[in-house]
Amino acid sequence: MLGEGIIKGMLETAKNFAGSFVSEERLTTVEYPEQRIPTAENARVFPFLVYDGPDWQAGLRCVACQICEKECPPKCIYIEKSKDKKPDFVGKPQIYPAKFDIDISVCMSCQICVEVCPFEAIKMDTQFELATDDRFGGLLMDRQQLAKSNEYYHSIHPTEATEVDARLAQEKVAAEAKAKAAAQAAAAKAAAAKAETPATGGH
Amino acid sequence: MAATPISVTIDQIFILFRDWLVHFLPVAVRPFAAVVLGVIAIACVFPGLFALTTVFERKGLGRMQNRLGPNRVGPFGFFQPIADGIKALTKEDVIPFRADAVVHFIAPLVLVVAVFMGFAVLPMGRNMVLVDMDSGLLFFFAMGASTELSVFMAGWSSRNKYSILGAMRAVGQMISYEVPLLLSSVSVVMIAGSLSLTKIVEAQNHYTGIFPHWYVFTPWGFAAFLMFSIAATAETNRSPFDLPEGESELVAGYFTEYSGFKFALFFLGEYLGMFSISGLGATLFLGGWSAPLSFLNVIPSWIWFFSKVMAAIFIFIWMRGTLPRLRQDQLMNFAWKFVLPFTLLNLVVTALWRFMGEGWARWVVCTAILALAYVLMGRTGMHRKKIGPRSYRYAE
Amino acid sequence: MSFAFYLIVALTLAGGLAAVLLRNTVHCALALTVAFAGLALLFLGLDAQFAGFAQILVYIGAVAILVVFAILLTRSSEAEQEGVFSKSWLVGLVIAAGVFAVLGWAVLASARALPWQAAAPIVTVRDIGNVLVGRYVLPLEIVALLLTAATIGAVIVALHEKERTR
Repeated sequence: MLGEGIIKGMLETAKNFAGSFVSEERLTTVEYPEQRIPTAENARVFPFLVYDGPDWQAGLRCVACQICEKECPPKCIYIEKSKDKKPDFVGKPQIYPAKFDIDISVCMSCQICVEVCPFEAIKMDTQFELATDDRFGGLLMDRQQLAKSNEYYHSIHPTEATEVDARLAQEKVAAEAKAKAAAQAAAAKAAAAKAETPATGGH
Repeated sequence: MAATPISVTIDQIFILFRDWLVHFLPVAVRPFAAVVLGVIAIACVFPGLFALTTVFERKGLGRMQNRLGPNRVGPFGFFQPIADGIKALTKEDVIPFRADAVVHFIAPLVLVVAVFMGFAVLPMGRNMVLVDMDSGLLFFFAMGASTELSVFMAGWSSRNKYSILGAMRAVGQMISYEVPLLLSSVSVVMIAGSLSLTKIVEAQNHYTGIFPHWYVFTPWGFAAFLMFSIAATAETNRSPFDLPEGESELVAGYFTEYSGFKFALFFLGEYLGMFSISGLGATLFLGGWSAPLSFLNVIPSWIWFFSKVMAAIFIFIWMRGTLPRLRQDQLMNFAWKFVLPFTLLNLVVTALWRFMGEGWARWVVCTAILALAYVLMGRTGMHRKKIGPRSYRYAE
Repeated sequence: MSFAFYLIVALTLAGGLAAVLLRNTVHCALALTVAFAGLALLFLGLDAQFAGFAQILVYIGAVAILVVFAILLTRSSEAEQEGVFSKSWLVGLVIAAGVFAVLGWAVLASARALPWQAAAPIVTVRDIGNVLVGRYVLPLEIVALLLTAATIGAVIVALHEKERTR
């Protein structure tokens, strides 16, 4: 009958109107910024640099290999290598970045830098409230702003961070085993060389 | 409950206040001063109601759409109209270079003046009508017709194709729905026997037992009220008939090129038009200022009038939140092929009601004719258009 | 002949003059609307409430809009006239003077024919209604027939155009 649809529609809207005062389902507004919806675990906004331990300069995982700089599609990363070296997580002396700038007004959050980094040094952050009125300087993040601790990484991406830590620990164990094997081989060779010279030497 | 002196005083409080104020002036200017005070009252009350309605509409629509409305300015957002008013007043008034400056300027003025004139004949309470004219209803419709001209002036003077299109559509729509609007009011005039709005309210102010003699409770009155509401929604360019000002189709239709205070004047004119036509509907069909049950007459008459107007406004907002917009040809088809024939039939049924005399027979006959006509016309209309669930040629 | 009367007369005459002297055609139509409003006010000044409000409702609410639509749909409103006086203005002046003389004679002759009354008769809408369906029912029905014929004609013309464009 003519008008039936209108009546049904108006009843539905009336249910919405009345229900919005009582039920959560009929009022889905989240009043930002007083209330916030927690972000999902695999959310990504802009990259950050991970460091282990308390000192951000000593524990910085990045070794300035510049792979991320070369792979970045909009070329938003700028790296300058250091002149000296510092030991990395397995103890080997590595160079470190003297300058590591990311221009977040250019960055498109594609995550390619994260995918190609062989040292698990750069990961994606979830902070998005970065608005500033300084259009150029305020959106250029330098090494110190980008360096965030491994504990922070655990807090924002727990599963990923535990995976990374497990992998790094494995590599460290493998590296130590290799170093021990190499040391044993060197010691064996030195012992063999020492055993030979008294044999060839003589009275 | 009989009207006690206290309730009569509260009922007539505005009249008594006006008479007290006017006593300070010499006798010669007293009638003039009384009318001026009435005009000042109308000019203050209705724009105030307009401000309240804008915030009610935004919050009401929000709640119907599962969201909050504005809630930052003032407690629960009720000072939002102040912010809107300041914005409208301080915005730059942009007139396009090739626009017709004179006509562009006076179009919103003509609209607001014509709409304000309509309030002069509405009886807002017992003895509370500004001008008691013998042909008050005709005056009201004459003022309503003048608003169409201002809509056209606004659209044409902007020299903008969207404005012209919007203005043509708006004028076509308003003219098409004016005929059913008038004809449904004519049924009321036939029964009340007068064009004067105060006499129409007086005719409805009787009670059998506790039930009122409002015209909406009669079969022809109910049908006429329905058609009147549809036509009134179309006259004020209100959803679902708001294609002329559809934001998604025509930018803003005939007031695209208006900014700042002139836009606010158009907005004011539209909402005041809504108030005045709701007031007319309440006067013609819902008994004006009379109470719904006879013992509720203690509550002042002006409270009843404004409650009915605000109830009508709430229904307008409810319909806006529910219905999608009608396309122009659907709108016109509906007017000429359904509303107008039904209104003409209603006139005949009203005459039948009048000449059948008192009794239950006329209730049965009139209701039967109107219900049958509604069902038949509805079915033929829908059958021809083959309205049903949509089917897709390639998606299945 | 009060001050209000002269004011309304000035308004009507100004509207009428503007309707023929302005360059832009739509402006002329709007000035004509002002003249209609002046006429309605004159009716109201004579206490003919029904005639006055019907004048506003019909002339301003429908005829003026019709005129404006006709102007818009039949010519581009951009082109403004070169001159507002046509070449054959003398003939037009003579014809207008002749029509005015005939109308003036008819009005004055009727005023002489009617008995002098102290007050104008109060005519209510009820009286108008009674007279329309009583004594003047034939003109009423003829006008209704005329309007029906015009409406059907308009629909047929529009129908033909729709079929031609299909």
